Amino acid sequence: MADLRAMWRIRAFEEKTQALCGTGDIRGSVHLCIGQEAGPVGACGVLEGSDALFATYRGHGWAIARGTPLRPLMAELLGRSTGVNGGRGGSAYLSAPEYGFHGENSIVGAGAPIAVGAALAGRYDGTHRIALTVFGDGAMNQGSVHEAMNFAAATCLPVLFICENNRWSELTPIKDAVGSDILADRPRALGMTAVRIDGNDPDLVRRTIGDLAAAARTGGGPAFVELATQRLVGHYVGDPQQYRTREELAADREQEPIARAVRELTAAGVAAEEITAVEKNAREEVEQAAQAALADPLADSDSAREHVYA
Amino acid sequence: MPEQTIKVNYSGAVNAALQRVLAEVPETLLYGEDVAKPGGVHGVTRGLWKEFGDRVFDTPISESAILGSAVGAAMMGRRPIVEIMWADFFLVALDQMINQAANVRYVSQGKLTAPFVVRTQQGNSPGACAQHSQNLEALFLHTPGLRVAMPSSPQDAYDIMVSAVHCDDPVIVFDNRTLYFGQKQEIVTGRPPAPIGGSVLRRSGQAATVVTWGAMTHRVLEAADQLAAQGTFVAVIETPWLNPFDTDTVIESVERTGGRLAVVHEANTTAGFGAEVITRVAEAGVLRGRPARIGVPDARMPAAPALASALIPDTGRIIEGLARLTADR
Ligand SMILES: Cc1ncc(C[n+]2csc(CCOP(=O)(O)OP(=O)(O)O)c2C)c(N)n1
Repeated sequence: MADLRAMWRIRAFEEKTQALCGTGDIRGSVHLCIGQEAGPVGACGVLEGSDALFATYRGHGWAIARGTPLRPLMAELLGRSTGVNGGRGGSAYLSAPEYGFHGENSIVGAGAPIAVGAALAGRYDGTHRIALTVFGDGAMNQGSVHEAMNFAAATCLPVLFICENNRWSELTPIKDAVGSDILADRPRALGMTAVRIDGNDPDLVRRTIGDLAAAARTGGGPAFVELATQRLVGHYVGDPQQYRTREELAADREQEPIARAVRELTAAGVAAEEITAVEKNAREEVEQAAQAALADPLADSDSAREHVYA
Repeated sequence: MPEQTIKVNYSGAVNAALQRVLAEVPETLLYGEDVAKPGGVHGVTRGLWKEFGDRVFDTPISESAILGSAVGAAMMGRRPIVEIMWADFFLVALDQMINQAANVRYVSQGKLTAPFVVRTQQGNSPGACAQHSQNLEALFLHTPGLRVAMPSSPQDAYDIMVSAVHCDDPVIVFDNRTLYFGQKQEIVTGRPPAPIGGSVLRRSGQAATVVTWGAMTHRVLEAADQLAAQGTFVAVIETPWLNPFDTDTVIESVERTGGRLAVVHEANTTAGFGAEVITRVAEAGVLRGRPARIGVPDARMPAAPALASALIPDTGRIIEGLARLTADR
């Protein structure tokens, strides 16, 4: 039930975001994680306060699961002065380090070497933090991700490389962009534990990443986890998804984590009202956050040149 | 290739040029992320995979491999046209442009060459984040060996792509994303490829010379129109080719306009190519008074449209700059 609640908070946030793109309140490119909520909910459960998390542009769910409050997050998307970055980051490049969310990245694969550095710092600053970097299947084909994985393996750093495999890299399927689609073979060849798991099961994600995190904390080095999942929406808001078949989307809707959690809870005898109340509460919380953020002032244009240097 | 007039927007013009060179130059290849089956994230390459089959293909998200393979294939006689989806993504693979492509001809004394074209797009649009809005032409203009163009109209977009593919050196063509879906215009296709280089006098006037390129051209022309309505006529020179750059035409115009010069671009002002243009004119000894350099002040590009629009030169800021310049006699 707690997982369903956490997943619904993310989904409700994303759906509200989509609506606010439609009304023009949110401008620019926005990438939703609808369908991929189980990964962040499961993984963030095992992270400690001093651990570092680096996500991609599809990172709203990770920011929320890490504990970032909804209102300043929504305010950031809306370009308000009260946003987590005062409007500078926006949907695709926001951060909230005070909640252990060290930022999205809009350059595919760029977060991986940075996460290695965060773990490296932990070796010297006494925190021995774990760094978790999240990227998509397409990012496996970036040099930076390969370099980061090998660097972490060679120096035995506690980095968890989390690959959210939603089968699509923008408009191209991953199977068309690799010679072998067993992605975990690559990190394995570099000398780290690498697994592919059902990424729609938050509890399995939690247990798997929990074990690997525990090992990493005690000197076991980096690990790679591929989360098999799906996005139920376009690559970005407004993507008409002409490249996907109706059948594929229907199959994905069967697999997606919220529908599945509802099926499981229902089978376990949880009352339907209790389950629908979870959705309702999440939507109410998001709506309040959004209304509050909409009432906040736009980012002050006089401040546009601040923060370039110390 | 028969001459023909077609009515297209900017992205349609690029598409038509690509269609033509794929048909007329059998050595061409067209590849990049999402360019073939999906037809490009902005639809610019739509239909080309269907027409040309496996000379048009999708690649992994691997910019070093895209650019490096273009260098290698070009050395072996192909004419690759590759896409870097956003100019910002060049930065993960700069080695292949600056250490590799730019050196091939020079270091081999011309025994090896790398004639390929990189198509990319850049600039800010509302809500684009800091990593999807930079104007990076100066990086490549600082690198001898690379040709650089930045068109602003459908006709130039067409002509420049054709010339770029026929050029025997690596050429980067920067589009501005905000121009892709502008008004349809009549363009002439099928003319013989023009040599690279040259500039276009977009407006004549005596009060000052304004040099600009890319999407800024449209804002500069708007500003010039407004100034003209008040009785001040400035000459506007668009330089869609930045390397080779039409220095002579600019110098002659500045001479004719009382030594007054403004340069307007969307890129950062500091170390932007505008500084180079002003220096060349100063070195020619024709500059008088204080030139105006109008670009983005030194900041990163914020996502919030309210913040970004405070940084990017708009018509008002351009008019202000030009008014100061023409008053300064
Ligand atoms: C270096 C770089 N190249 C290309 C892009 C453009 N781009 C943004 S997202 C994306 C697809 C990424 O797919 P994947 O890694 O599978 O992640 P997903 O979007 O599916 O979460 C591409 C090609 C980019 N942002 N950065």
